Amino acid sequence: MALPLHATTGERVWHYTFLTICVLIFAFLIIPILVILPLSFNAQPYFSFTPEMLSFDPEGYSTRWYEAFFNDSNWQKAVKNSLIIAVFSTIISVSLGTLAALGLSQKEFPFKTTIMGILISPMVVPLIISAAGMFFFYARVNLLGTHIGVILAHAALATPFVVIVVTATLTGFDHSLTRAAANLGSSPSNTFFKITVPLITPGVISGALFAFITSFDEVVVVLFLGSVHQRTIPWAMFSGIREEISPTILAVATLLITFSIILLFTVELLRRRGERLRGITPH
Amino acid sequence: MASNTEALKTADGISLKVSLQRSLRRKKRNALLLVAPLFLFILVTFLFPIFDMLIRGVDNKITQEILPTTVVALAKWDPASGQLPDEDIFKAFTVDGQVAAKAKTISRLGKRLNYEKSGFSSLFRKTGRQLKKFDPEKMTTSYKENLISIDKKWGKVETGSLIHRESGRYTKSYYLTAFDLTQNSEGNIEWKDADSSIYIDLFKRTLWLSCLITFLTILFGYPIAYLLATLKAKTSNLLMILVLLPFWTSLLVRTSAWIALLQKEGVINDTLVAIGIIGDESRLSMIHNSTGTLIAMTHILLPFMILPLFSVMKTINPSYVRAARSMGATGFTAFRRVYFPNTIAGIGAGGILVFILSIGFYITPALVGGVDGTMISNFIAYHISTSLNWGLAAALGAILLSLVLVLYILYDKLVGIDNMKLG
Amino acid sequence: MKTFIKCTLATAVLAASVTTAQAETEMVIVSWGGAYTKSQNEAYHKPYMKEHPSIKIINDDSASEGAAKLRAQAEAGKVTWDVVDVVPDAAIALCDEGLVMEIDHDKMLAAAPDGTLPSVDFGDAIISPCFIPQIVYSTTIGFRTDKVGATAPSTMSDVFDMKKYPGKRALQKSPAGNLEWALIADGVATADVYKELATEAGVARAFKKLDTIKKDVVWWTKGAQPGQLLADGEVVMASAYNGRLFAAIEENKQPVGMMWDAQVFELDGWVIPTDAPNKAEALKYVKFATDTQRLADQSKYISYGPARKSSAALVGKHATLGIDMGPHMPTAPANAKNVLFKDVNFWADNNDELAEKFEAWLAKG
Repeated sequence: MALPLHATTGERVWHYTFLTICVLIFAFLIIPILVILPLSFNAQPYFSFTPEMLSFDPEGYSTRWYEAFFNDSNWQKAVKNSLIIAVFSTIISVSLGTLAALGLSQKEFPFKTTIMGILISPMVVPLIISAAGMFFFYARVNLLGTHIGVILAHAALATPFVVIVVTATLTGFDHSLTRAAANLGSSPSNTFFKITVPLITPGVISGALFAFITSFDEVVVVLFLGSVHQRTIPWAMFSGIREEISPTILAVATLLITFSIILLFTVELLRRRGERLRGITPH
Repeated sequence: MASNTEALKTADGISLKVSLQRSLRRKKRNALLLVAPLFLFILVTFLFPIFDMLIRGVDNKITQEILPTTVVALAKWDPASGQLPDEDIFKAFTVDGQVAAKAKTISRLGKRLNYEKSGFSSLFRKTGRQLKKFDPEKMTTSYKENLISIDKKWGKVETGSLIHRESGRYTKSYYLTAFDLTQNSEGNIEWKDADSSIYIDLFKRTLWLSCLITFLTILFGYPIAYLLATLKAKTSNLLMILVLLPFWTSLLVRTSAWIALLQKEGVINDTLVAIGIIGDESRLSMIHNSTGTLIAMTHILLPFMILPLFSVMKTINPSYVRAARSMGATGFTAFRRVYFPNTIAGIGAGGILVFILSIGFYITPALVGGVDGTMISNFIAYHISTSLNWGLAAALGAILLSLVLVLYILYDKLVGIDNMKLG
Repeated sequence: MKTFIKCTLATAVLAASVTTAQAETEMVIVSWGGAYTKSQNEAYHKPYMKEHPSIKIINDDSASEGAAKLRAQAEAGKVTWDVVDVVPDAAIALCDEGLVMEIDHDKMLAAAPDGTLPSVDFGDAIISPCFIPQIVYSTTIGFRTDKVGATAPSTMSDVFDMKKYPGKRALQKSPAGNLEWALIADGVATADVYKELATEAGVARAFKKLDTIKKDVVWWTKGAQPGQLLADGEVVMASAYNGRLFAAIEENKQPVGMMWDAQVFELDGWVIPTDAPNKAEALKYVKFATDTQRLADQSKYISYGPARKSSAALVGKHATLGIDMGPHMPTAPANAKNVLFKDVNFWADNNDELAEKFEAWLAKG
C-alpha cells in the first residue's frame, strides 16, 4: 500500500484521498460503538452529551446507570437467563455440530452439498420465519415459555456456526497424520484423541464462542418462544429501547462491548494457534 | 493386466477390490452416522416447524369446526343463482351458531371471515350475542327472517357466498391477500382497491431497501477490504479489529448506539448545531423513518461484506497489477482491467450474503424504522403477535422464504456453501 | 478443552441448582410498564408480597399487546399469565371469546369499609362480567412548552394544525382515540363522534383528516414512549395517558404541558385468564389489590382516579412530592370540561375492522 517513490502528483492526491475515505469508513464502523462508552457515564438521564460532560466537569459524569443495572433484580435475572440459555445451547450445538463436521469432512461423504445446505439453513432463513415456525410447533409440544424450548431453538440456530468453523479447521487437516498413526499401530480411538482432537480443538472452541454469542445475542426467537420467565439481556434491551430509553441500556451495552472484545481476542488467538498447528502460515 | 488386478488378494483372502469397496462403504456409513444426530435435530427442531407453519397459509378448518352442519347444508346452494340460501341452511346456521355462541367460539370465525371482508367480525359478535339468548320455541318468524332481523347483512347473497367460499378445508385466500388480490362475490380473482393493497408495495420496499443497503455495503466495504488486503500483515491485523469489533458486538448494542447518534437531540444533530451547519430549529429527522433503517443496517451488515471481499482480495497476486503497470497501464486502468475483475466473485459472495440477511431483518427496522422504514418481516411479526392473522403471516413468510432460498441456491452456485467462512 | 468442559459443567450444575430452587409461586402480572407499573408495584405488589412471602410477583410490561398475546397463548394452548391489566373494550371482547373468567364481583372482591357491596361501590364501572375495575384515566395531549411558541395548544384542532404548530406529533398506533380526535378536529361535536364513526362516510372522513398530519406522526405502541419522545425532543406534541404526563411534568420536571380538551376518558382494570396457571392466587391478589384502601393508595403514585366510589374520599397527597393529587385527576371538574367518553361497546365490536383499515392506511406511506 506504500506509495512508490516515482508516484505522480495525481497519484499522490488519489492516494491520500483514498486513505481519507478509508479513515471515514473506519470512523463510521467504530464511532457508534465508542460513543456509547462515555454516554453510559452520563449523570443525566439523556442519550446525548450534556454541556458538563463536554467541559469534562466531573459533575457531568456518574456511575448511577451501572448501579441501576447491578441493583435491578430484573436485569440480574436477565443476565442469569442469558447465561443459562447460552451455555446449554452451546453445549448442544457444539457436540452435535462437531460430530457432523467430522462426518462431513470425509472425502467419501455422499450428497455433501445438499446435506451441508440443510444443516446451514438455520443461519440463512430469516429469523422471523424460524421464530414463527418454532412458536407454533413448540406450543404443540408444550415447550412454549420454558427454558428448554428456548435452549433447543438457540441450539438449532447456533449449529451452523459450529459446523462451518469446525469444517474449516478440518479442511486444512492433513489426513496423512491419522493414517500414519494407524500405520504405527494406534487404535482408531487412540488416533482420534491423540491426533484429531488436539488439532480441531481450537476450531471447536471458536465454534463454541460463535454458538455462545449467537444465543447470547438472539432476541427474535426468545421474544416469540419465551415467557417473562425467560427474559434475556437482549430481550430486556429491546423492550427498554421501545419503552423508556434510560442510559442503563448504554451501561449494559458498554458491559456487552467489553465482553465482545474479550471474545473477539479469544477467537483471533485461537484461529492463529489453529493455523500454526495445522502448518498454515498466515499471510 | 486385468487378470493381475483380480488376482490381488488381502491377507484374509478377499479380493482387494471388494475389500476396498467394503471399507469405502463402512467409511460412508460412519460419516453418515456422525452427521445423523445433527441432521435429525435440525429436522425436528427447525425444518419441520417451518414446514408446519407454512401449511397454515392454506389451512382453513375453522369454518368446518365451528359451523359443521351449515357447511354440509351450504354445499347444495349455488351462490351464482343470486337467490338467498334456503330456510334449512338458515336453520343449520342458527343451530351451529347457538352452540358456538355458548362455547364462545363464534367470534373467532367472525374474525377469520373478517380477513376476507371487513364487517364480518362485528356481524358475528352481534349475531352470537343474540343467538345466545335465542329460544327456537318462542320464535314466531322463520329462521331466515329471524337472522335478518338480527342484522340485515344476513339478507344479502354476498354474506352467504363468502361463507360458502370459505367453507372448504383449504383456502387460497391468504396467498391472494399476500399478493394484494381478492375474490369478488362471483369468485373471480381481481386486484384489491388501492386503499387496501399494501403487500406488493411492502415487498417492493423491502427489496429496494435491501438493494440499497447491499450497494452501500459494497461502496463502503470495497475500499476497506482493499486497504486491509494490501497493507502489511501487522497493520492489517490491527485494523481488522476495527471491522471485527462491530461484528462481535450485540445487534441491540449497535442499534441503541444509532438511536443515541441519530435522534433529534442526539449526538449528530447536537454536533451539527454546535458547529453551525444547521439551525436549532431545523434539526434533521434521521430516526423513525427509512433513513434510520438504512444507516443502522448498513453499519450492522458492513462486516459481512468486508470479510468475504477481504478473503478474495488476499488471494490476488500483486504481481498482476505490477505487470499491467509495467506494460504501460495507468493506475486506474490496471485496477479496472486487472484487479477489479478478480474481485467480482467476492462482491457477489458478500453481496448475496448481505442481501439475504437484510431482507429478513426485523429488530433494527422495528426500533428505528418508524412507518416507512419497516420491512416485510415486521409485518409478519405484526400478523403473528398483534392481528393474529396467522394464515396471512404464513403466506407472507412463504414468499419471503422462497426469495431467500433462490438467493441461497445462487450463493451456493457462486461460492459453494462448503466454502462459507466466518471471521 | 478440559478446562472448557469443567467450566461448562460447573455452570450447568449452578444453573440446575438455580432453576430447582424455586419453592415460591411466581405469579405473572401483566401491565403497562413505566410509571404505571411502578405505581402498582408500590400500592399493590409490595404490600401483597409482604403479606404473602411465598408469592413472587413478576411484572410483564406487555399490556399494550395484552389481548392479542393472550389470544395467541390460548390458541397455542399455553397461558402463562395470571392477571392482566386491560382496557374495557378488550375485556368485553376477551370475555365474549371465553378467554378470561367471569367474576362474581360481590363474592370475589372486597366490600367497602362501610359494608357497601362491590357491585354497588364499583357501579357502572363493571362494564363486563369479566372486568374488575381499577382506575379511571384519560388519554390526552402533552406538548413541549419550549417548542410550541407563546400560546400553548388548547383544542384538538390545534393538534391537527400544522401551520400554527409545526413539528412532529406522537400518536398511539391504534385506531381507537385517533379516529375520534380526527372527527373532533374536523368539527364534529364530542357527543356525536360515535354516531359519525358508525357510518362508512364518517370513518373515511376521519382518515381524511388524519391524512393531513400523517407524514408528521411518530407512532407509539407503549405507554412510556410518548413521554420519552417528548423528553428527547423527537416530537413537539404527543398523545399520552394523563398519569404519564403527570410523571413527566411533576416528577421528572420536564418542560412539558398538558392539554385538557376532548381527552378520551376511560376505565382500566384487571381480568384473569380462564387458563391462568395460578388462578386461585390471582383471585386472592385482585381481591386485595382492588379493596378501598389499595385503590386510594395507587393515586399517591400516579394521577389516576380510583374506580370505586368509597376510595375517592381517601385520595390524598403524592407519596414523595407532597402535591395534592385531586386537581390532577381526570375527574377534577377543571379538567373535565370537554370529555370524550370512550364507547367501549363500539370498540369491542368494531376494533377488528377498524384496526385492519388503520394498518392498511398506515402502510400506504
